[in-house]
Amino acid sequence: MFTSRDPWIERRVDQLEVPFNAYGIDPYGIDKTHLVRLFTALEWMRRRYFPVRVRGLPFVPQQGRAMLVGNHSGGVAIDATMVIGSAFFDLDTPRLAQGMADKFLGRLPGIARLSSRIGQFAGIPAHAERLLEDDRLLMVFPEGARGTAKLASEADSLVRFGTGFMRLALKTRAPIIPFGFVGGGEAFPTMFNLYAFGRLLGVPYVPVTRYLLPLPKPTTFDLTYGDAMFFEGNGQEDDEVIQDYVEQVKAKIADLIAQGRSRRKPRPLLRSGSPSQRGRR
Amino acid sequence: MNVLVTGVTSMLGRLVARGLAEEGHRVLGLDRRAWRDAPEGVRMFQVDVRKRSAEEIFRSERPDAAIHMATVTHLLHRSPDRFRINLEGTRAIVEHCEHYNVPRLVVVGRHTYYGAAPDSALYHTEDEPPVAIHQFPELADLVAADLYAGSALWRYPQIDTSVLRLCYTLGPSRHGTLGSYLGGRRVPTVLGYDPLFQFLHEEDAAQAIITAALRPMRGVFNVSGPPPVPLSIIIRETGRRSVPVPEFFMNRTLGRFGLPRLPRGAIDHLKYPIVVDSTPFRKATGFTHRFDEAATMNAFEMAI
Repeated sequence: MFTSRDPWIERRVDQLEVPFNAYGIDPYGIDKTHLVRLFTALEWMRRRYFPVRVRGLPFVPQQGRAMLVGNHSGGVAIDATMVIGSAFFDLDTPRLAQGMADKFLGRLPGIARLSSRIGQFAGIPAHAERLLEDDRLLMVFPEGARGTAKLASEADSLVRFGTGFMRLALKTRAPIIPFGFVGGGEAFPTMFNLYAFGRLLGVPYVPVTRYLLPLPKPTTFDLTYGDAMFFEGNGQEDDEVIQDYVEQVKAKIADLIAQGRSRRKPRPLLRSGSPSQRGRR
Repeated sequence: MNVLVTGVTSMLGRLVARGLAEEGHRVLGLDRRAWRDAPEGVRMFQVDVRKRSAEEIFRSERPDAAIHMATVTHLLHRSPDRFRINLEGTRAIVEHCEHYNVPRLVVVGRHTYYGAAPDSALYHTEDEPPVAIHQFPELADLVAADLYAGSALWRYPQIDTSVLRLCYTLGPSRHGTLGSYLGGRRVPTVLGYDPLFQFLHEEDAAQAIITAALRPMRGVFNVSGPPPVPLSIIIRETGRRSVPVPEFFMNRTLGRFGLPRLPRGAIDHLKYPIVVDSTPFRKATGFTHRFDEAATMNAFEMAI
């Protein structure tokens, strides 16, 4: 299924602004053949399993540094995968969205190798700064693992945002492109998370879905990009200033999520009562 | 210039001494081991850097620069002597430089100083602390020697000290950490991991050291050459075969079945990358590597 080579995908990988050397490797170890494999699989997923309706694509810059900042919508990081797919397939010139992965991924055999070959590095400030200085497209989920652990009922809510991304955006003068992602909770209806069991396996938690299997359901996602946001400063501001900027981004993302939701049909499974307040501010 | 080189009979030491002699400098070579066919321009002194006889050379020859490479880096060499050579040897050289007004000192260390971990940065910069000692106690003395040499920058400001953190070398000699790891036809790797490795052709490494010794510069500098390459490609391009071993079995199989012996801490170095940013060194010296990654791997493979 994923071994057949699609010349169109290969051409688009060639168009990426990644400086591959003779071995098809970039200075960070991103590997062309791995990218072709990844996008072949993603293309199939987008066609058969996870169609994505994208709005606001023109807000994503075709070149130069930028930070895609958005929400996790529950389950596992399907949202991140879909944003990577959107930056590659939907833009006129494909771009590689490089996420800031949770550190536990680097410890897992197989995943460690794969994630580093497709440009998804450990989420440390040094990586983010270097990639932005190299004019790459960074993908940031300021909710972090708190966000992927959302239960289905909380999928469209936002939990606390980290502030590191804002200081980096100011320091590197990178525009923030906010996005709202809707549908993760439907694709991966988490009832609860097993935290202790997860620790045993070396992951933060193991999600348990309504149908028990940790597998996603076919779902259509709504991905809404917003207008680029610029803020004044150099990244050395007081916490209150940064927090205020972050709240502006958070409000914008909440708005984009609402836009995405309004485009969706009413959910088949309606829940009673208000969404849980766990982890919300 | 009169350049004193300690550890001159090592693979890199010989290349440095030859390079200096070819450029017309007089080399004072110090080593505990002999170098019988030392080239013209290299005067050999078979001494221990920690002994009085070594100090005597500083006194009588008055070198214009010293390059300190007399460290035991072989990881399986775990005698207490190793710690003394690495720490007391470095101390002796720094003090002799101070005492006999040697204006310039180059201390050659390792990039493994930064350690390998799942969350370590791609492209370490010189201001990062040494994480290596935490998981890899075998490196503790080398890290300490590096920090000790760095402290000479403020203790003896009259000496232009540069501490080099050199990435792995590779080349026709087949010596060095990476060279011996790739020595056999079968190379053990950790299943599910494929870290980036950074290496420099040994001749380029020698040239970098010479470059640092010939100009006044101060500070700690990472030294690297071509961009890093995943281990799997190094193994493939040097005509080796990768033997992926699950980490759990790694400690049990090393040193058996034709696989090389490695200390336990080294396993992290086969899982996670150590990649350094050498921009400050290149800016300070204008150093550029002559051999790219393909030429370097080829030189290693083609050596008899």
